[in-house]
Amino acid sequence: MRFELTPRTNASVGMRVLASVAAFITAFLIAGLVIWIMGRSPVAAFDVYVLQPLSDPWAIQELIVKATPMALIAIGLSYCFRANLWNIGAEGQYVIGAVLGSWLALKTHGTDAGFWVLPAMLLLGIVGGALYGLIPAFLKTRFGVNEILTSLMLVYVAQLVLDYLVRGPWRDPKGFNFPQSVTFDPAATLPPVFEAGRVHYGAVFAVIAVLVTAVVLGRTLFGYRLKLTGDAPRAARFAGFSSRATTMAVFAISGGLAGLAGISEVAGQIGQLQPSISPGYGFTAITVAFLGRLNPIGILIASLVVALTFIGGESAQILLKLPLDLTQAFQGILLMCVLAADALVSYRIRLTTRGGGK
Amino acid sequence: MKADVPPSGPPLVELKEISKRYGDLLANDGIDLSIEPGEIHALLGENGAGKSTLVKILYGVIEPSAGEIRWQGRPVAIGSPVEARTLGIGMVFQHFSLFDELTVAENIAVALSGEWSLATVRGKLGEISRTYGLALDADRAVWTLSAGERQRIEIVRCLLQKPRLLILDEPTSVLTPQEAEHLFLTLDRLSAEGCSILYISHKLEEVRRLCRRATILRAGRVVATIDPRASSAREIAALMVGNEVGEIRADAPHHPQGEMLKISQLSMPPAGLHGQALTGINLVARAGEVVGIAGIAGNGQTELFAALSGERLAERPDAVVIAGKPAGTLGIDARRRLSAAFVPEERLGHAAAPTHRLSENTLISHAATEVSRTGFILANAAKRLARTIIQSFDVRTPEGDPQARKLSGGNLQKFVIGREIIRKPRLLVVDQPTWGVDAGAARLIRQALVDLARDGSAVVVVSQDLDELFEVADRMAVIHQGTMSPLKPIGEWTKEAVGLEMLGVAQAQGGAHAV
Repeated sequence: MRFELTPRTNASVGMRVLASVAAFITAFLIAGLVIWIMGRSPVAAFDVYVLQPLSDPWAIQELIVKATPMALIAIGLSYCFRANLWNIGAEGQYVIGAVLGSWLALKTHGTDAGFWVLPAMLLLGIVGGALYGLIPAFLKTRFGVNEILTSLMLVYVAQLVLDYLVRGPWRDPKGFNFPQSVTFDPAATLPPVFEAGRVHYGAVFAVIAVLVTAVVLGRTLFGYRLKLTGDAPRAARFAGFSSRATTMAVFAISGGLAGLAGISEVAGQIGQLQPSISPGYGFTAITVAFLGRLNPIGILIASLVVALTFIGGESAQILLKLPLDLTQAFQGILLMCVLAADALVSYRIRLTTRGGGK
Repeated sequence: MKADVPPSGPPLVELKEISKRYGDLLANDGIDLSIEPGEIHALLGENGAGKSTLVKILYGVIEPSAGEIRWQGRPVAIGSPVEARTLGIGMVFQHFSLFDELTVAENIAVALSGEWSLATVRGKLGEISRTYGLALDADRAVWTLSAGERQRIEIVRCLLQKPRLLILDEPTSVLTPQEAEHLFLTLDRLSAEGCSILYISHKLEEVRRLCRRATILRAGRVVATIDPRASSAREIAALMVGNEVGEIRADAPHHPQGEMLKISQLSMPPAGLHGQALTGINLVARAGEVVGIAGIAGNGQTELFAALSGERLAERPDAVVIAGKPAGTLGIDARRRLSAAFVPEERLGHAAAPTHRLSENTLISHAATEVSRTGFILANAAKRLARTIIQSFDVRTPEGDPQARKLSGGNLQKFVIGREIIRKPRLLVVDQPTWGVDAGAARLIRQALVDLARDGSAVVVVSQDLDELFEVADRMAVIHQGTMSPLKPIGEWTKEAVGLEMLGVAQAQGGAHAV
């Protein structure tokens, strides 16, 4: 006996939406069960994780701040994933973008450099991330090296580069030997969107990226090129789309957006370089991209949902003494449920007895 | 033309009235075949004759629609390859199933699903290697081995299970002549020990070297069982491709004008392990004519198509000249802008993306010329174009703009050919235009190709279907092992002559055709 998946030909949009809702409910039920086994009240946990952050204006701002880098990175990753290319190293591209952008902030620190510093920093962030993303793309197109491995390994290289810089040459001499850079000048700081608010302009960049991507993927030949490369690579070659150029382009785009996320986070949220500038946004963004089904609007929503679990997780740690690991477990459970729901909508599961081989 | 075989007990295996139906297609039609113990029996036939289907039935991969299999005189049902192996049937497939990263011994042990330890396998491997002259280093990783050595692994894997019948599917297609000779010696020894061998091939020399009996299939039926050494190459070729002369169309008044395609001294290395190199190919297709290229699959047609379409580039620009412009080093889009169009053999995945709608699929070959502007898709233009193709070429669709995979083979083929013809290309290259297509669609497609040529375009048709070529082509050449025969008017070809060229025996026997 074995399970057989037969494709459904009549999966409707309504079914897909319903399946997503079912996936969320299932994920909450599983998480509730885990919390119950851990001896806490699932109802209280739901209150802390979901209801409280959504009813508090401060927490909603915090939600957007957390969602911003994930949305930016995940939007970039959606270009790669659509073309069936696996950039797992967005975390590294994020870090290098932040490092290169911050270099200018530190260079101009204490000088009267004008308004150009911030745009130049953002540009450097994009360029840094894009170039770093092009390394695995180049290795793949030139030597056939698996991009999953190289992009992932380059994450650790990037993190160690950052670590070296903030502990060594870029350390704040007046920082009591703490491994961190000086605090950026106002000219090198990404301002909040609203006076005295927490949400910085990175959120605006994320929304722009979502809108532009929606047009690119839906209306342009480049968008079709990615879809065709992902769905039928031979047909893509037949259409005259060079796979080498596609690979380079999507890695540059996703790297660039990750770099922009990195420098925005440092210049808008943290205000200085320190050994850790990300709680794993680059990796969580992979989850976000798939939760959003590689659809730009979907990714925007997914980034807010995942940000909610981050914030809820922090309060749950304080209020319910639930470990932060539970948050990551929940993110995983949620992704599994969504992917499973997707599979169940696209395929019918049949139990067959062997022997009747057709 | 039955060869006499001395009756000595029941045959090892006997197939009686085996039929296999796929929808409207009878892949096997009442096939009888018997193999004696220790016999090397050849199964001959063109591609699509039903050889693979028959062998898969015997190996338990597919179930026959009707008929009986007798093993040593006893009726058996072979439900799966595992059951086939239990009976004592081993098979070496044309395409290897090996793990590149594992060693020889590991690959063998994996296939034996834990019956033996790695050490036992290594011991047995040494034993078999010595007995049959199948030199193999147990600890080499497969990716370091040549095609011949890889095939040895597959053979050893079968031999370890002490088969009574060994099936080999086109075993020499990936071998050098020396490796092939080595294989023949092994097969002779196996046969002498009483193991029967079913040898599938379309290479006459090999069959004559190895076999005393050959069963010839054509269009799913057994046309003859012969002694290949007692029959001439001519006779065998005629049996394989059919004796009856096709309806050669009365020489239509065709006035070919300029050269739309000129291939000169085109050579190209093979694409991958199972590829075929092209050597010094010359061909000219003029406006107003259909040029047919015959040949058995795997003789370089795929490589030739890729070289013409620009999916693989030639070394010299003038190796491929399209409409007077050297195009050998131009990509497929640039060649389309020279008003060339292409239809590859594979409908799903190459000509069309299965999960994309037909309107999106128009983009694949029209993006370079229409339906997009400054990088944006003109979705409405694409939809209109798809609709026009659907109407002009009688494409039956389940809905207005369906996904390509929802169309039947014939309808999708009408769509992808229509998609190119509708551009009124000055050169159209089609690989296997009616492969696996129902008769109605095939007629429509052939008519469309002839009409395009009569309207002043050059059409190159690569096909394994000789009847088709005799029907549509004005001139024809035969491709065999990457070389092209002279291009001659269709009236000067007989099916027999084409058959000999397809088997590569024409040159060997000289122009006299005396056998």
